[in-house]
Amino acid sequence: MNTTVVAQLQRQFQDYIVSLYQQGFLDNQFSELRKLQDEGTPDFVSEVVSLFFDDCSKLIDTMSRSLERPDNVDFKQVDSGVHQLKGSSSSVGARRVKNVCISFKECCHVQNREGCLRCLQQVDYEYKMLKTKLQDLFNLEQQILQAGGTIPQVDIN
Amino acid sequence: MNSSGGSCSSLMDVVTYDPHHHGHDEELHVLAVDDNLIDRKLVERLLKISSCKVTTAENAIRALEYLGLGDQNQHIDALTCNVMKVNLIITDYCMPGMTGFELLKKVKESSNLKGVPVVIMSSENIPTRINKCLASGAQMFMQKPLKLADVEKLKCHLMNCRS
Repeated sequence: MNTTVVAQLQRQFQDYIVSLYQQGFLDNQFSELRKLQDEGTPDFVSEVVSLFFDDCSKLIDTMSRSLERPDNVDFKQVDSGVHQLKGSSSSVGARRVKNVCISFKECCHVQNREGCLRCLQQVDYEYKMLKTKLQDLFNLEQQILQAGGTIPQVDIN
Repeated sequence: MNSSGGSCSSLMDVVTYDPHHHGHDEELHVLAVDDNLIDRKLVERLLKISSCKVTTAENAIRALEYLGLGDQNQHIDALTCNVMKVNLIITDYCMPGMTGFELLKKVKESSNLKGVPVVIMSSENIPTRINKCLASGAQMFMQKPLKLADVEKLKCHLMNCRS
């Protein structure tokens, strides 16, 4: 094992994950998720976030269809979708996605279709952005493991 | 039941009867009810880490069926109750169809199950909702998203209740 390479990769990982928290992509709940992963379940976090992103995609599709026709919007449907999304994003620590959902919910309550469409677009952007960032993070993890190192525990607080 | 791969599909987990673990006192068997797949995955993992045996259900109706309170004939109900003893039910409040609160009431109304502690989870911190649940016999109310520390607290609390 090349200890210099491992140390470099670990440093890269540490810096990257800290930046994700600092830029508000992730919140403390993501570190809680990481605590649940161990040698026996090394893919727990990536599995859960993968499910989350699939969920985002499906819900966004459904909500998009509900919002399609200006004269016939099922705001209850949309609200139900946002509720799901808000819950999941909160549970995985996807902070920006969750925050858009809060605004999104407001737009549903006042039946503001334009507002909903804007939020929908934003939530789509945010989840895709987070997906890319986390993919990069997981790739770094893999590189560390392949180089024979261990993934650092990063304390955000 | 240790493998979690594929167990969180849209179907409820099926528990096989293991005579060696029937009445196994140390391990808590928890029924976790939540319509959100990610939350089900999370609560399942949290409980397994805390050495609980976990069965998940995606809605209250399925949960009731599992508990033997569904629309089935009495014979099946009795069999279900004996084989898959549940020590704790943890349920989300907001679910389509039957809510967690309604599930709580059904459990507390049942002569077989009213002794089973029911914990309600919710992402919303609404005092009237919390009080309503506690007043109807909920053991505890837990704020989502759940963390490891929450489940550890819960387990301690329950183990003390049992002894």
